[in-house]
Amino acid sequence: MAYDPFKSASSARTLSAPPSASDYLKDATFRAFAYFCALSILLLVGYIVFELGSQAMPAIKTHGLGFVTGTTWDTNEEVFGVLPEIWGTLYSSLLALLIGGGLGVGIAIFLTQGFVHAKIEVTFRTIIELLAAIPSVVYGLWGIYVLIPLLRPGAEWLHEKLGWFPLFGTELSGPGLAPAALVLAIMILPTVAAISADAFRRIPYKVKEAAYGMGATKWEVILKVMLPTASSGILAGMVLGFGRALGETMALAMLIGNVNNISVSLFAPANTLASLLASTFPEAGQMEIQALMYAALVLLVITFIVNVAGLAVQQYTMRKFEGKK
Amino acid sequence: MNNQSELDTFIADKYEPQGPVVLDCQVNNIYYGDFRAVRDTNIPVEKNKVTGFIGPSGCGKSTVLRSMNRMNDLIDSFRFDGQIHYHNQDIYSKKVDAVVVRRYIGMVFQLPNPFSMSIYDNVAFGLRLNRFKGDEEEMVVRALERAAIWNDVKDKLNNSGLSLSGGQQQRLCIARAIATEPDVLLMDEPCSALDPIATRQIEELMIELKQHYSVALVTHNMQQATRVADVTAFMGVDISKGGRTGHLVEMGDTQQIFEDPRQKLTQAYVRGEFS
Repeated sequence: MAYDPFKSASSARTLSAPPSASDYLKDATFRAFAYFCALSILLLVGYIVFELGSQAMPAIKTHGLGFVTGTTWDTNEEVFGVLPEIWGTLYSSLLALLIGGGLGVGIAIFLTQGFVHAKIEVTFRTIIELLAAIPSVVYGLWGIYVLIPLLRPGAEWLHEKLGWFPLFGTELSGPGLAPAALVLAIMILPTVAAISADAFRRIPYKVKEAAYGMGATKWEVILKVMLPTASSGILAGMVLGFGRALGETMALAMLIGNVNNISVSLFAPANTLASLLASTFPEAGQMEIQALMYAALVLLVITFIVNVAGLAVQQYTMRKFEGKK
Repeated sequence: MNNQSELDTFIADKYEPQGPVVLDCQVNNIYYGDFRAVRDTNIPVEKNKVTGFIGPSGCGKSTVLRSMNRMNDLIDSFRFDGQIHYHNQDIYSKKVDAVVVRRYIGMVFQLPNPFSMSIYDNVAFGLRLNRFKGDEEEMVVRALERAAIWNDVKDKLNNSGLSLSGGQQQRLCIARAIATEPDVLLMDEPCSALDPIATRQIEELMIELKQHYSVALVTHNMQQATRVADVTAFMGVDISKGGRTGHLVEMGDTQQIFEDPRQKLTQAYVRGEFS
């Protein structure tokens, strides 16, 4: 029983009583459980990094930092470099974020700012959530059979007329960055749209009221008030979407061409770290597996840096706009 | 008062304004969907005066106030039947855009609602919206000074408006509303979240503001009405037919309303005897 000097001191009629011993026990148990859950995540991440690191150690020792700057991946010569894959990963993800992020925020605005009736909003939301549920191999197939043939005439035209412009510098000969980035954009769109829409919905009605009360037009209300207010939430969605794009494997392995090539052209084939891992693992010998582990570690580091940077930007906007310390 | 069927059809005596009227509000009916929120309420807001709205909760005083700059247009089910003349133009005319109305008739809300941006940007918001060409900084400082918050914020104009305390936020919102010097300022219980000192400052501000502008003020605080309102409108609510339709009961000089009310309902309310 808890220490309770008040029972006897207070009026005889009070119904107040201290928590029982079992209440305290439940409290302590729940606390221990919560700590355990949190700790297990830390341990899991630590274990994965450790395991990856130790498996990659031989490759790290052999190739050193040259692995990150090297541009050839040759199993026979045992020369391994992932610069083209790093480039391809970042470039395709960035393109996807540009397209999918922009569209996602646009959809979030469309759904939450009174453009559509509540019923239509629900329908739209369901459809967008459905996009997230489509397996990535289906996206890959769709990309091969629908998107690439669809893109080809436009890409050819762009290359012919504007071939001097680096973005259109090569022909689209099937798989390449453009279809890969477009499919990635569609894949991250639900994440960005859902999280941004939540950020917009969280804005109290009184803020919208204040903005309209100042005599702002709908466009001014959205652009000058709602968007900055939701910015930290939108950024969170962007970071999550970008993280997903960095690690996306199957659809990219099917669409990007898997060619070690560094090019700014949207139509050139390329490769990403995740797609390299997926397509090379099945037939890899021991040396190559160690190199692949190293590549996985590089991908992990990139994802980590992106997340930390995203968090920092988010903190900054929170401080700037919302005054939170 | 006991005779409720009399109340049903009760229409307040017409208030004869003593000065020029800037905002002549003639409400026949205000509906939210099928619900009739307000009926038969004529309230002229006079130039360079503070017009106070008092009455029990649910009598529709905020609804009427919010109709005066078409804030209620944000609510889909809102329907306004009547006219509100602003400088002899009906603001509910089809030709008039609500956005334009709100630029001339500003509003301060019950709960502080600064934007997620710096204190300076909050106050400059309206100036930028209205494409103000003059010295923006000077206007921002002036608005902050007049809203009695300059001393609190002068060293942190770049901090977020949301970093301030509740009372400071409300004064910031008042600064934001008066920065563009709107012709009429509608205030919907602006002091309900403020401590007595800040309330006093806001009341002084209202008295100062009315020298140049006209103010309409909804308040639950009757002392506040006696302190700042020149004219007071008392609204009551019909609960007889199961609905809750509010309407004007009596309007007159503040002194007359509080000291010599003509209607029994007003009498009971200002003396604190509720039926």
